[in-house]
Amino acid sequence: MTTTVYVPIDSAATSVGANAVALAISAEAKRRNIDIRLVRNGSRGLLWLEPLVEVVTVDGRVGYGPIAEADVTALFDAQFLTGAENKFSVGIVEEIPWLADQQRITFARVGVIDPLDINDYEAHGGLKGLRTAIALGPSKTVEEVLASGLRGRGGAGFPAGIKWRTVLETESAQKYVCCNADEGDSGTFADRMLMEGDPFTLIEGMAIAGIAGGATKGLIYIRSEYPDAIATMRAALLIARGCGLLGDDVLGSGKAFDISVRVGAGSYVCGEETAMLESLEGKRGMVRAKPPIPALHGLFGEPTIVNNVLTLGTVPMILAQGAAAYQALGADRSRGTQVFQLAGNIARGGIVERAFGISLKELVESYGSGTRTGRPVRSVQVGGPLGAYFPASALDVAMDYEALLAAGGMLGHGGIVVFDDLVDMAQQARFAMEFCAKESCGKCTPCRVGSVRGTEVIDKITNNVDRTENLELLNDLCDLMADGSLCAMGGLTPIPVLSALRQFPEDFQR
Amino acid sequence: MAHRVSPWALEAGQELLQRLPADERLILPALQAVQQHFGYVPKEAVAQVAVTLNVSVADVHGVLTYYHELRTTPPAPITVAVCVAEACQASGSRELVAHLETEIAPLGGRSADGVVDLVEVFCLGNCALGPAALINERLVGRLTATTLESALSDARVAL
Repeated sequence: MTTTVYVPIDSAATSVGANAVALAISAEAKRRNIDIRLVRNGSRGLLWLEPLVEVVTVDGRVGYGPIAEADVTALFDAQFLTGAENKFSVGIVEEIPWLADQQRITFARVGVIDPLDINDYEAHGGLKGLRTAIALGPSKTVEEVLASGLRGRGGAGFPAGIKWRTVLETESAQKYVCCNADEGDSGTFADRMLMEGDPFTLIEGMAIAGIAGGATKGLIYIRSEYPDAIATMRAALLIARGCGLLGDDVLGSGKAFDISVRVGAGSYVCGEETAMLESLEGKRGMVRAKPPIPALHGLFGEPTIVNNVLTLGTVPMILAQGAAAYQALGADRSRGTQVFQLAGNIARGGIVERAFGISLKELVESYGSGTRTGRPVRSVQVGGPLGAYFPASALDVAMDYEALLAAGGMLGHGGIVVFDDLVDMAQQARFAMEFCAKESCGKCTPCRVGSVRGTEVIDKITNNVDRTENLELLNDLCDLMADGSLCAMGGLTPIPVLSALRQFPEDFQR
Repeated sequence: MAHRVSPWALEAGQELLQRLPADERLILPALQAVQQHFGYVPKEAVAQVAVTLNVSVADVHGVLTYYHELRTTPPAPITVAVCVAEACQASGSRELVAHLETEIAPLGGRSADGVVDLVEVFCLGNCALGPAALINERLVGRLTATTLESALSDARVAL
């Protein structure tokens, strides 16, 4: 019987040698005259184990990792094709506690299936959501999404169903669904992994949004820093058109919907929805003033559903399993699950999908197992470059939209970046201003000029030039940026700056 | 895979702009198509994009100078885009960049032999396996000075 071997093709896995491992396994099997079926799956998200090789056995998929190219002969010698235990073993992958404890909904298929095999996708519950949406019709589909409590996973947390209802109720000859895949926040990679590991769920989610909102055209705006995700999405779109998931008659519904991929050009602020729309129109990625909201006046002035990859990628599961099942998970007003991303100096980094409400401490300490360097955790930044720095003593915060806001932070796109005790927090605060200065679109003065002044003022403070006055000036500048900026770029840059200053004042005093 | 650079040619420019799909007859996709073909956006292309799309040269120039990745000069055969954002900082990218700046070129510069451009990038989505870099289109993770050097020599061999 042919044994099936999985080696991830996810770019995190290939960045540490998975392609070489896959080639070596094929070559070694051939040399030994063993017939294997090699499948390139997405990553399970246990990134510290990558490259993680899995073998299908009667007991389940047995894992070995991390495997280097040079380990492959030894792996064969140690009978990995039978699932035998050896020094590379991590056991049955789905029974590894790190993974078994998770509540995978958005990421249910990532790492499990062959990303570009539509039959594998369907065998694992794919297309059920779209068929349900077609049967329900637009209004009832919108009601389901509303009832699920799904909020925008890009960072703003706006209820997805409300956007969809607005678009549905707005008359227009041409409406759009725009998927924001400009995942620029450092510490986040879930959009990339979903696109590389389960691209059809995003396509299905966008088709559902199209049917629900009455849009026939979808666009995915993917950042150019993700060449593999771009290639996977393009390949998946061709397959989707070929099997009638996209086109003039989506799964026999009589409704048309198609999607194209657009590639960014290295601008962080294009992750802001209105800047993304400008960029999709081919212009400079300048933020628009809101109102009008994109649901009424979006791409080319037409009603547009704008959602993040994770938001749209979760919709098929919600429709397939019912809104109530999703709504039952979570805490307070944050319903369902969040795909947390453990990053930075962390021993066990990767994807942890859990219901909202899990504590930051559990994510960093239990899942993350502390730092990769083995030094004490000193600081944790939550929610990307515009998120707050928490000291190691204050990790007892519940991870949901409102609780994090109350703790002076924000959830953002769910990225968690861990720093050890060698971090210089004044340097991190300065970097937040520098980043804002480099990436500001330039439309509003508080962001464009404030960020440059911010780096200068921080330099004066750390060099002990008129310290008291400059500290006051920095606080004043941050207030102005927070209150006067047009979008989150300038508006939230004060969060990392002030959280660093308030929690780690000693670093600003040399 | 090396960056392909070809000299500006009017006919080639015209042809690729005419080939743009109807819904991509917009400034950014047009400039991206030009850059993909020529390796950069030659100044002659700016006027041509403006004429083809019936927009002003100023509009095209505005888009060209807004996006970090659009370039007006030819790239080196190899680009090392090293992540300098927070997650990689936490994993030692500052030290790595300092090393690369002595070995290759200052950030934003080109190596003495003209083969390698060293540029900064904010996040490659490999935040649990940092420091990360993109060498042309190949993502590399858990970088040290040694592993980056070996990935770079692979890229040199592939030229």
